[in-house]
Amino acid sequence: MGDSPLSRRTFLSAAGAAGIAGLTAPLLSACGTSGPSGGGGGGKKTLQAWVLQDDGQNPIQQASLDDFNKSSSTKIKLVEIPNSGSSGYTDKLRIGMGSPNPPDLLFNWGTGSIQDYAASGRLVDLTSQLNSDPTWKSAWIPSVLDAGKAADGKYYGIPMRGMQPVLLFYNKTLFAQHGQKPPATYDDLLKLVTYFDSQKIQPFALGHVDAWPNLMWLEYLVERLGGPSVFADILAGKPNAWSNPIVLDALHRIQDLVDRRAFGTNFASVNYVNDGAGLLFAKGKAAMHLMGTWEYSNQVDKHPDFAKNDLAFAPFPTITGGKGDPNNVVGNPTNYYSISRKSKDVNAAISFLKKEMSSQMYIDKLIKAGDVPAATGLEARLAASPGPEFAKYVYQMVQKAPSFTLSWDQALPSRFTDPLHNNLQKVFLKKMTPEKFTQVLGQVK
Amino acid sequence: MTAVAGARRGRRRSAASAGADRAARPGAVWILPAVLFFGVFAGVPLLLTAVLSFTDWNGLGTPNFNGVANWRHALTDSAIWESMRISLVFMVLCWVVQTPLALLIGVWAAGRELNRAVLSSIFFLPLLMSTAAIAITWRVLLDPNFGLAATVGPWIGFPDGNIAGDQHGALGAVVVVIAWQFVPFHSLMYQSATRQIPKMLYDAALIDGAGRFQQFWHITLPQLRNTIITSSVLMLVGSLTYFETILIVTNGGPGTATMVLPQRMYNSAFQSFQMGYASVIALVLAALGTALSLVIVRFSGYGKMRSTLEGI
Repeated sequence: MGDSPLSRRTFLSAAGAAGIAGLTAPLLSACGTSGPSGGGGGGKKTLQAWVLQDDGQNPIQQASLDDFNKSSSTKIKLVEIPNSGSSGYTDKLRIGMGSPNPPDLLFNWGTGSIQDYAASGRLVDLTSQLNSDPTWKSAWIPSVLDAGKAADGKYYGIPMRGMQPVLLFYNKTLFAQHGQKPPATYDDLLKLVTYFDSQKIQPFALGHVDAWPNLMWLEYLVERLGGPSVFADILAGKPNAWSNPIVLDALHRIQDLVDRRAFGTNFASVNYVNDGAGLLFAKGKAAMHLMGTWEYSNQVDKHPDFAKNDLAFAPFPTITGGKGDPNNVVGNPTNYYSISRKSKDVNAAISFLKKEMSSQMYIDKLIKAGDVPAATGLEARLAASPGPEFAKYVYQMVQKAPSFTLSWDQALPSRFTDPLHNNLQKVFLKKMTPEKFTQVLGQVK
Repeated sequence: MTAVAGARRGRRRSAASAGADRAARPGAVWILPAVLFFGVFAGVPLLLTAVLSFTDWNGLGTPNFNGVANWRHALTDSAIWESMRISLVFMVLCWVVQTPLALLIGVWAAGRELNRAVLSSIFFLPLLMSTAAIAITWRVLLDPNFGLAATVGPWIGFPDGNIAGDQHGALGAVVVVIAWQFVPFHSLMYQSATRQIPKMLYDAALIDGAGRFQQFWHITLPQLRNTIITSSVLMLVGSLTYFETILIVTNGGPGTATMVLPQRMYNSAFQSFQMGYASVIALVLAALGTALSLVIVRFSGYGKMRSTLEGI
């Protein structure tokens, strides 16, 4: 066993070589521009489009770039960046945007996710481009286009994916077996909670571990109770906006739901990302699931029989006496492409967005993949969706919504993300009172 | 690192005064790659982090100096103190769980029998796996409805499988996952160290009539002293700065029950983009880690680097 260990000399020279390689490699690459964007002279430039890695979406994005590259002297290359859990893409984007070589086109969630970039003048203001080209502007559903604006009220992003409002999914087979209907009002919802709990079925699946699924409850309760102005005040940083009685009421209702075992007893161990909550729902062990539209494609992908036979959807119920319009929705309006001001060819990037993002080819591919694009006039074309009924439902829901509130963790500046997620988890776990929650969030600076 | 270098200097001085052959020692230039490596990848970043801790920076543009505002905030931020307490508990638990296990397995695996060789090579498998893959697997196993937790939970006091959702259960689960992953590495250290112990010590003990336990207690354990210290330093300082598994398995939850200091640092830097504040936490961690290894080395006598084979 090991009679001739690595000799000291071999080891040292190997370490030295590795050290020298390690030292020089970053220096060398730092001198050039990163990778292909440094590419040769002759006016030919290569831009980079950074997107979230997604096996379903990336080929569609690549197709739009291929189509653009065919007729353009400036080429655009797709850079897919994986997201692990709640971060990965956002970290890399931040570092990329802070470097002298930012990505030319960047995938983002609008508003809060681009706030720092917009405020420091790193993004191209697309307002005048949109206003001077009414056909282009009217290609998009206005509430979705507007939801991507930064705090200064200017447009920095063009929709490039499907819309993702949050819906109340339910198991229609289970509901039929028990003679129940999806809840129209919050009182109905409470009755359903009591009923399913008595039947040993968990009323709602909840992926508590991932933190953001909890937020959907707060967002919808605040929306139904007080309308969009409550969160608009928080977003605007108005004093005492967090301690609004509406927010407190919503938090108390959340704790009341927890007491009624609306999420079962072990939700604190259930995740969303690794199919914990989705499986619970698909196996008929939970009756309902409040989740973004991606839950539909998720179930089609992981539990196709359930998606085909049992999965149904409804709007979040109204609350008696609440001020919010029952048609209002919350969630992620869509994802956007923004353009860096430092891009080597801003005009090419703009013409890419103009030419490809609302093109028939791109939109149809998105529909085929199960997305509901944010473009206008799709009523007939949505028939090509793998779930046409669902696609039409979502499309109409967003179009008739007077207001579409962006997920709070995407809308608020990034310093809120962590306190919002952690403290709301504590409210669900009853380790924190609603009053303390509003106090702590009010102190985030 | 510093401590080890210091120890080496001390030894060298005494060697020189004893009139050892200095020409046989490699010159100062031999240390250059190591110094360069350490300087560029540890020294300079540490210095820059120290500078950043006095600034307000969101990762874009030029950092603005804001004096000691970050440090003052850290002193009054109850979240930091909570995380510090969790980190210390976590560190001690990791050591208490891993050391006896690794020691026993390592000593057992040092035997030359075939069954030991086969079993220990299976046991060392977790060493080859990626941390993320291990953590994701455990995350799925900890699902209270469909995972292992649903089956095992009721036996250990979690009737609904809610292990990861319980404040103590979550910390325990993370300690178990980390032990599963790292015990093999420490066992390997103990295995090779045990094999270095001269057989004649055991032969002598046998003649004196020592039993298996007495041999372990009076020969193996004292002979492994330096290895125990090395392994403990790696374990303690490692678990003080480690958070990948926690990030994936519990994400610091339930609530903030497993939010160790390094994860707090990561969240400040890459979720809140408060690089200045994250730098303060990073420096505190670096200081704690250095202090810890200095204290261990000092009080264990490891710094004197005495051979455990004295008298043979």
